[in-house]
Amino acid sequence: MVAFFTQNPFGIVLLILGQALLILVPLLIALAFLMYVDRKVWAAVQMRRGPNVVGPWGLLQSFADFIKYIVKEIVIPAGADRAVFIIAPLLTFVVAVIAWAVIPFNPGWVLADVNVAVLYVLAISSLGVYGVIMGGWASNSKYAFLGALRSAAQMISYEVSMGLIIIGVILSTGSLNFGEIVRAQEGGYGLFNWYWLPHLPMVVLFFVAALAETSRPPFDLPEAETELVAGFFVEYSSTPFLLYMIGELMNVVLMCALLSILFFGGWLSPIPGLPDGVLWLIAKMAFWFFMFAMVKAIIPRYRYDQLMRLGWKVMLPLSLGWVLIVAFLAKFEVFGGFWARWALGA
Amino acid sequence: MTAAAFTFYLFSLSVLAGGLMTVLARNPVHSVLWLILTFISAAGLFVLLGAEFVAMLLVIVYVGAVMVLFLFVTMMLDVDFATLKGEMARYMPLALFIGVVILLQFAVAYGSWAIAPGTETRVAAPAGAMENTRALGVLLYDRYFLLFQLAGLVLLVAMIGAIVLTLRHRTDIKRQDVIAQMMRDPKTAIEMLDVKPGQGL
Amino acid sequence: MFAADFRIILPEAILAIWAMGALIAAAWTVKDAATRALTWATAALMLALALWIGTGTGVDSAFDGSFVDDRFARFAKVAILLISASILLMGEGYMTRRALMRFEYPLLIALATVGMLVMVSSGDLIVLYMGVELQSLSLYVLAALRRDSPRSTEAGLKYFVLGAFGSGLLLYGASLAYGFAGTTLFSGIIEATADGVSLGLLFALVFMMAGFAYKVSAAPFHMWTPDVYEGAPTTVTAFFATAPKMAGMALFARVMFDAFGNVTGDWQQIVAFLSVFSMFLGAFGGIGQMDFKRLMAYSTIGHMGFALMGLTAGTGLGVQAMLVYMAIYVTMDLGAFAFIMSMERDGRPVTDIRSLNLYSRERPLVALAMLVLLFSLAGVPPTVGFFGKYYVLHAAYDGGFGWLAVLGVIASVISAFYYLRIVYFMYFGRETQPLDRVMSPAAWVFVVGCAAIMVFGVVNLFGVEPAAAGAAAALVN
Repeated sequence: MVAFFTQNPFGIVLLILGQALLILVPLLIALAFLMYVDRKVWAAVQMRRGPNVVGPWGLLQSFADFIKYIVKEIVIPAGADRAVFIIAPLLTFVVAVIAWAVIPFNPGWVLADVNVAVLYVLAISSLGVYGVIMGGWASNSKYAFLGALRSAAQMISYEVSMGLIIIGVILSTGSLNFGEIVRAQEGGYGLFNWYWLPHLPMVVLFFVAALAETSRPPFDLPEAETELVAGFFVEYSSTPFLLYMIGELMNVVLMCALLSILFFGGWLSPIPGLPDGVLWLIAKMAFWFFMFAMVKAIIPRYRYDQLMRLGWKVMLPLSLGWVLIVAFLAKFEVFGGFWARWALGA
Repeated sequence: MTAAAFTFYLFSLSVLAGGLMTVLARNPVHSVLWLILTFISAAGLFVLLGAEFVAMLLVIVYVGAVMVLFLFVTMMLDVDFATLKGEMARYMPLALFIGVVILLQFAVAYGSWAIAPGTETRVAAPAGAMENTRALGVLLYDRYFLLFQLAGLVLLVAMIGAIVLTLRHRTDIKRQDVIAQMMRDPKTAIEMLDVKPGQGL
Repeated sequence: MFAADFRIILPEAILAIWAMGALIAAAWTVKDAATRALTWATAALMLALALWIGTGTGVDSAFDGSFVDDRFARFAKVAILLISASILLMGEGYMTRRALMRFEYPLLIALATVGMLVMVSSGDLIVLYMGVELQSLSLYVLAALRRDSPRSTEAGLKYFVLGAFGSGLLLYGASLAYGFAGTTLFSGIIEATADGVSLGLLFALVFMMAGFAYKVSAAPFHMWTPDVYEGAPTTVTAFFATAPKMAGMALFARVMFDAFGNVTGDWQQIVAFLSVFSMFLGAFGGIGQMDFKRLMAYSTIGHMGFALMGLTAGTGLGVQAMLVYMAIYVTMDLGAFAFIMSMERDGRPVTDIRSLNLYSRERPLVALAMLVLLFSLAGVPPTVGFFGKYYVLHAAYDGGFGWLAVLGVIASVISAFYYLRIVYFMYFGRETQPLDRVMSPAAWVFVVGCAAIMVFGVVNLFGVEPAAAGAAAALVN
């Protein structure tokens, strides 16, 4: 039985498929409730009730939405490029899902323990742009196309600073593997060993970049229906639209996971003595999702030129400067190698 | 067939199909999309070779940045592709002839290809190999340091070029001064008036 | 090890760091107002570096032999630095009149020069390629510098597309050579080819030589030359005609001898073909040209043919002849272009040679200087240009290429027609509206000075000959 899953090619494929489902299914179920949490937080800030009709306290609202989306008719606009129009949301969804392959949930709990995991996530998230551009172009509508250009430029701009921020963490760790990054944050002082302290300014920047990268408020220009006729997905309806939505939300959760892993010790316990475990990671991700939801409720939307200015003229120089500073701090092992965890581990 | 061989054929097939469709697709945007598929498949081949760093870089740099620009340009370009296709048909016989000649030459070169004695040992991976990302780093910043810096200079020149050839300082437009806006004091901007009901200002 | 390596690349590093520092400083402060000062400072730095490199001795290599500093490299480097400095000095008047004094201009010239210095010192295929790219990319931008002019933009674009194609050929050949030898170092390639080349490697050789031919605009890879020369601002054209050609020829010779020195017979015939084709194309192509810059383009192609004739010989004498020829050629071209820069009528540049009608009556001295320069370009005996031709012809004959020397003489006679036609216009043409008197002092110095060199150099060539001999000895042994 064991031999079948480890020796036989067919068995190996089945095993990988099983592991993938083990990540995907809980994730999708969690997404349904996160969507609900998002709306509830938003409502609470505005002193509304939020969803409260479907199921107890409205808990099943997301499932009702889901059913509504998939049973509606798919409308493809006249003159649209049908193939690309359908492929684009699929691409967004698939890309959002496969990025999870390298995220470790616990020591050893990772689908693909590759050496270049960080680069893999960057590469995959750079593919996400295509879902947006293809969707906007294939709609054969100038509003959708302009929205696509807008969103694509936004994603590309913030990807640059996000990559630079991650480089700081990589410099401290000496590895591109998420598991290694988490292990480098282990130590006797619990949460004070995590990277949020040595890389404090970058936590803020990463959070902002994550907001922009996932088109969350205050950078949610595709949502700006009144001013900008939404964006690349104006022509989408029903299941393709749902795929865009899920993909976007999945990216938000991925950013929560990245924040938790890169700066907040992943599965490590914040208090020395308490056992580490996957629950800590989930708690941290939940916290960051709460932050995403709060930002959405509190902060007004940026104008497009302000968004670009922030990305290129503020975030980029700051993150680039930080890489330079960290390089020196790590090289000369300032504060007993506070920034040079590779020196301590190896 | 092993899993590796199967994956190799899968990726190779999609590289070839993608390349072919890049050339054959009627719609230039489709061409670019096929080209993207080609790049991603090539990245897959790199992974199979054990060069995962290069693979990821290929995706990040080419697919994530260069091809997005390509796509932007082809989508926004107002070119009459029908006439271009017509032109192409005119030169097709000549192009085919040259293509066939070059193909034959390559066949000759491939048929008589030989490598110098000792080449295999020179290009073999060093013993006690480290993971290839680390190895690349060590090579780039030591032996190939000069090349690395020169590549940086080439990129600098490209950047200067883009700015020199396109940047125009317009003096006749009003610009936003963000710092001035942020530093503005509410006292100078707002005047508080105590307006009595029914009187107005 | 690193400090020792760095010491060897120090001149290039200084120039590059200067360019970067000046770029940042100018961009953050006064921008284009600093151009004049930057131009002079860059030229001064280049002259100082030329002096420093010129006094160097010995053979050194850095980064595992991928960067070589020997007499050959030093000869070419000094020449390149002097040329770049000259261009900056003599072009200032023209650039100011055309409102092209943007602070990026001297810095792009400096960065292109860094690329050329790297090219001539390369001991490795990748270093070679990076040098070529650094140089070419700067030149593409310089060609399109006058961005409001369709001609200039066209020149930049044509140069870019064809140059990229040339680089592609070069790279393809280099990758084949690597596939054969398993190393990109020239020293490794020459070892691997000790028993001769396979047919496959011959492809590598041909591809790489095609790439070099593109860079030195040798026929049949010359197509871009006339259009680019015509469209680019004249100062930039003068730069194209001189420094990159010197660097390209030096690189050509270095690769042929350092990497393929064991298989001389395999590449000599190709170089001979390039040489003959270039000489005759240059000779016939220039006949119909009334535009001075286009005419100079064909003149360049022809002269490249002669320089390649020296390389064809495959001997130390041949390389020496090539270097001497190139040194003479760039001096003549610098003088000629300093003159073309000053051709203006009603505040607009004119390049039609018929506008020179009876120029000798307005400025007899300048006209006389041009007469000398044109005679020298044509290779008429009492001038230095004749001795340059004599050197390469002699080297070719000596290397067993007597037929090539004969063809060279024929091409030289044909090409004399269009040089002498300009002289005819200057001295015997019909009366027309005269040109403006706008020649800047620096340009005047270059026209007259270069002409003087063409006359007085007959005595001993100003010591170029022994220097070239030493350089050639460093390359061919």
